[in-house]
Amino acid sequence: MSVAKLEQLSQSVVQDPSLATGAIPTKDWMDIPVVFKPGDYAYPAKQDKVEYLNSQKGLNFPNAREWSPEDDDWKLPENWKEIIIDGLGERLEKFRSLKIFMDCCVRCGACADKCHFFLGTGDPKNMPVLRAELLRSVYRNDFTLAGRILGKMAGGREMTIGVLKEWFMYSYQCTECRRCSVFCPYGIDTAEVTMMLRELLHLVGIGINWILEPASNSNRTGNHMGLQPHTFKDNVDFLAEDVEGLTGVKIEPTFNRKGAEILFITPSADVFAEPGLYTAMGYLILFEHLGLDYTWSTYASEGGNFGLFTNNETMKKLNAKMYAEAERLGVKFIVGGECGHMWRVLHQYMDTMNGPADFLEVPKSPLTGTVFENSASTKMIHISEFTADLIKHGKLNLDKSRNSHVKATYHDSCNPARAMGLMDEPRYILDHVVDWVEMPENTIREQTFCCGSGTGLNTDEIMELRMRSGLPRANAVKYVEDKHGVNMLSCVCAIDRATLTSLMDYWNPNVGVCGITELVGNAIVLDGETRGELDEGLRTMVF
Amino acid sequence: MKYAFSFLAVIALILIAWLGSQIPGMQYFFGVAIPYLAVMVFLGGFIYQVVQWAKSPVPFSIQTTCGQAKSLDFVKHNRLESPHTTPEVVARMALEILTFRSLFRNTKSEIYAGPKITYESSKWLWLFALIFHYSFLVIVIRHMRLFLNPVPEVIAWLDWADSMFEIGTPALYMTDAGLLIGLLFLFSRRLTNRQVRYISLANDYFPLLLLIAIGVTGVLMRMFLRDGIDIAAIKQLGVGLVTFSPVITADIGSIFYIHLFLVCVLLVYFPFSKLMHLGGVFLSPTRNMKNDSRQVRHINPWNPEIKVHAYSAYEDEFREFMVDAGIPVEKEPEPTEEAPAEAPA
Repeated sequence: MSVAKLEQLSQSVVQDPSLATGAIPTKDWMDIPVVFKPGDYAYPAKQDKVEYLNSQKGLNFPNAREWSPEDDDWKLPENWKEIIIDGLGERLEKFRSLKIFMDCCVRCGACADKCHFFLGTGDPKNMPVLRAELLRSVYRNDFTLAGRILGKMAGGREMTIGVLKEWFMYSYQCTECRRCSVFCPYGIDTAEVTMMLRELLHLVGIGINWILEPASNSNRTGNHMGLQPHTFKDNVDFLAEDVEGLTGVKIEPTFNRKGAEILFITPSADVFAEPGLYTAMGYLILFEHLGLDYTWSTYASEGGNFGLFTNNETMKKLNAKMYAEAERLGVKFIVGGECGHMWRVLHQYMDTMNGPADFLEVPKSPLTGTVFENSASTKMIHISEFTADLIKHGKLNLDKSRNSHVKATYHDSCNPARAMGLMDEPRYILDHVVDWVEMPENTIREQTFCCGSGTGLNTDEIMELRMRSGLPRANAVKYVEDKHGVNMLSCVCAIDRATLTSLMDYWNPNVGVCGITELVGNAIVLDGETRGELDEGLRTMVF
Repeated sequence: MKYAFSFLAVIALILIAWLGSQIPGMQYFFGVAIPYLAVMVFLGGFIYQVVQWAKSPVPFSIQTTCGQAKSLDFVKHNRLESPHTTPEVVARMALEILTFRSLFRNTKSEIYAGPKITYESSKWLWLFALIFHYSFLVIVIRHMRLFLNPVPEVIAWLDWADSMFEIGTPALYMTDAGLLIGLLFLFSRRLTNRQVRYISLANDYFPLLLLIAIGVTGVLMRMFLRDGIDIAAIKQLGVGLVTFSPVITADIGSIFYIHLFLVCVLLVYFPFSKLMHLGGVFLSPTRNMKNDSRQVRHINPWNPEIKVHAYSAYEDEFREFMVDAGIPVEKEPEPTEEAPAEAPA
C-alpha cells in the first residue's frame, strides 16, 4: 500500500471535508456502512497461527480460516450472532467497567477531539464516544429495558454483519492509549471498550496477523520476533561486541543463569532492530558499569505482551513466563526494560493474573540499598526507577557532554503515563544525561499523544492511517524542532522506537528516535574504557 | 429529527397532564397516584441499577493515572491525580464529583494549514454544566419546604439566600435562572457543536427538553400563572404525600399538575437512562481505584486457570540449539545415534 506524499497528506488532513475540519456528514452514523479498501485494514491472521493459538491450553481462537475483510462473506460460524451476544453478556457479568461505561456516557463530547485517530482521519467513528456507541447501541438493544422497548428511538440497533464489520474497522483504529479517559467526566476508558470489541471478534475468528503471529511466537519461542534461544543470545552477544568496539570494554552477558540476583526482561525488539538496539547497548553498558549480578532469559525473552491486544486469557498466559522463569532461576527480583504496554500489564495486571510472587523478594537496589516499596508485591521494577535512584545516589559516572550532539525532547508513552504514573523518573534521568526540552503542555504527561501505531497496529499495510493517527504527536515534535532545534525524540517504549521512527521519517525527517537508556549508556564513563570521539554516540559506525 | 421527536414527546406529556388534570376526579390520579408510582419506580430502579453494577466484579486494577505516581522519595508524588491511599482516592473522587475536575481539563482542537494542530483551553462546558447541576441541586433541596412541616431552618435560609437579589415579585430565584441558562447552553451546544450534534441521540435531547419544561413550568407557576396556585393546598398535598395521608383540598391550577407530572416522568425515566451517571460516577474504576497495584495485589474473583507454556516444553523443543549455544539447560540432551547415511538420490 503506497502512502500519500507528505504534501498531499498535509493538505488532506486540513482541507478534506471531515468532521475534524468542519464538515458534518449528512447521514446518520448508523446509516453509513463500512467499506474495506486496501490500506484501511491490517491483514487478517494467518490460518496456521490461529490454529496454533487455539491448540494451546486455556486459549480459545476458533474459526481459523483464510478470509479477507474485502470479501462480502467473512466465513463466520452460522451462529455468530448468538456467540457475540452471549459473549457480550458474559463480559458484562465479568467486568464492572464495561457495564458502567455502557450505561453512564452522556455524550457530552469532551472526548471527541482528544483522539489522535479522530484528529488525523476526521472520521466521526473515531471519536471515542462514537467508537463506544458502536458497541453501546447493540448493548442497548439487547441488554437494556429502554432499548428493548424503544429500539432505535432509544439509540439501540440490532447486531448485524454490518455492525460486526464496523467493530473490526474501528477496534483496530484505536490504540488503547486512554487519552480520552483523562478528559471524560466519568472516566470512561475507550481502551476497555476496544479490548471488549477485540475479545468478542476473536470469538468468531476475526483477528489480525500482526497481533496473532507475535502472540503465537511469544508463546512458543518466548519472544514476539520468534527468535530461537541461540539466535536471541547471538543478537545480544553482537550488541556486546558492538559496545566493545566503541568503548574497548568487553561485556559478557549471561543467559538463563540460575542464582543471578536479578532477571532482566525487555521487549525483544530491543535486541533485534534499530533504533532499539542502541537502547539494548545502553542496558549492557549500564549493568556492566554497575557490576550487576543479572541474567537475560531466552525463555522469558519478551517484555511486550501481545495478549493485551487480544484477550485477557492470552495476556495471562504470555505474561506467566516472567514469574515462572524468575522462580526457576531463583532470582531475587525482576527489572523490566523500557516498554509501554508491557508496563501496563506489569503494573496493572501481572500480580492479579499470575501472582502472588512469594518466591521473590521486595526489590532492593544492590547499589544504593533503596527498597522499592511501590513494587513490594509485584517484585518488578522499571529500569527508569532503578536508574533514577542510581543517579540520585551518585552511583553513575556520567559525562553529559557525550550527548552534546543531541538536543532531545521526551515523549511520554501512553501506558507508563496514564496507566502507571511514570512521568518524572525518565525526566530526572534526562536532566542528568542530555540537554532536552518539553513539548507543548497539552501533548505531554497524562495528555501525551500516542505514536499512532500501538496495540499491534505498527504494520506497513496501514501506513497512511498510521501517519494520520501519529500526526498530533509528530506535530508537537515539529513545534520543538522548529523552536529549539530538537533532533532526537526520546521515549521509554519499544513500540515507540519502531513506530515513531517511521513517523519522524515521514513528518519530521531530521528528528531521530531513541530510548532513554541509550542516552544513559552513551553518557556512562566505563572503568578501563578506551573510547575515542564518538560523534554520534552509540550510533557511531566504527570500523 | 432527534430533537424534534424529543420536543414532541415533551409537548405530548404536557398535554396529557394539562387535559388529564381537568377531568373531574383525575386530580388524585395526577396529584397522588402518579407521584407515588414515580417515586417507587425511581427508588426501585435506582437501587436495581446500582446493584446490577455492583454485582459485576472489578477484575483488574485499571486506574487512569493523570499525574506522577508514588515512587522514589525524591520524585514528587501527585496525590490527587495518582492516588495511593484511600483518603487520596476520596479526595480525587470528591474533586471529580463536586467540581467536575476532568471536564475542567477540556481543550478544543483545531487543525490549520501546515498542518498545525492547536489545543485551546475550553471551559464553557465545564462552567455551564456546573451551573446547571448546582442550580438543580439547590432547587431540589429548596422544594423540600413543600414536604416538611415545620420547614427546617437550613431550607428556609437557602430559600432566602437564593432569592436575596429580589428581582421581580415574587423574587426570582437565582438557581431558577441558573438551571434554565445551563440547560439552554447544553441544548444549544448539542445543536451547534458539530461533533456533539453528530453524536446526539433522542436520549440526549429528551432529558434536556424535559428539564427545561420542568424549569419553565415552575417559573411560570411562581411568577406568572398564579391563578389557582394555592400554596397552602400544595403544601398540604406535599406534606400529605410524605406522611401517607394525601388530600387535595382546593382546585389547584393545571400548571401545577403539568409541573408535577413532568417531574414524575423525570423520576421514572431517570434509572433507565444516561441520567444514571449520577450513580455511575462513584463506581467508575478508572477514577475510584488506588494506584498501588504493584504494592498490593488486586484480586480477580474469576481469575481463569491458565497454565504457562512450560519451560520444560520450551527446552524440549530447543535443547540442542541451547546446548550448542552454551545456554544452560535443565536436562542434558541424550547422546544422539549416528545419523543414518542418506539414501542415494
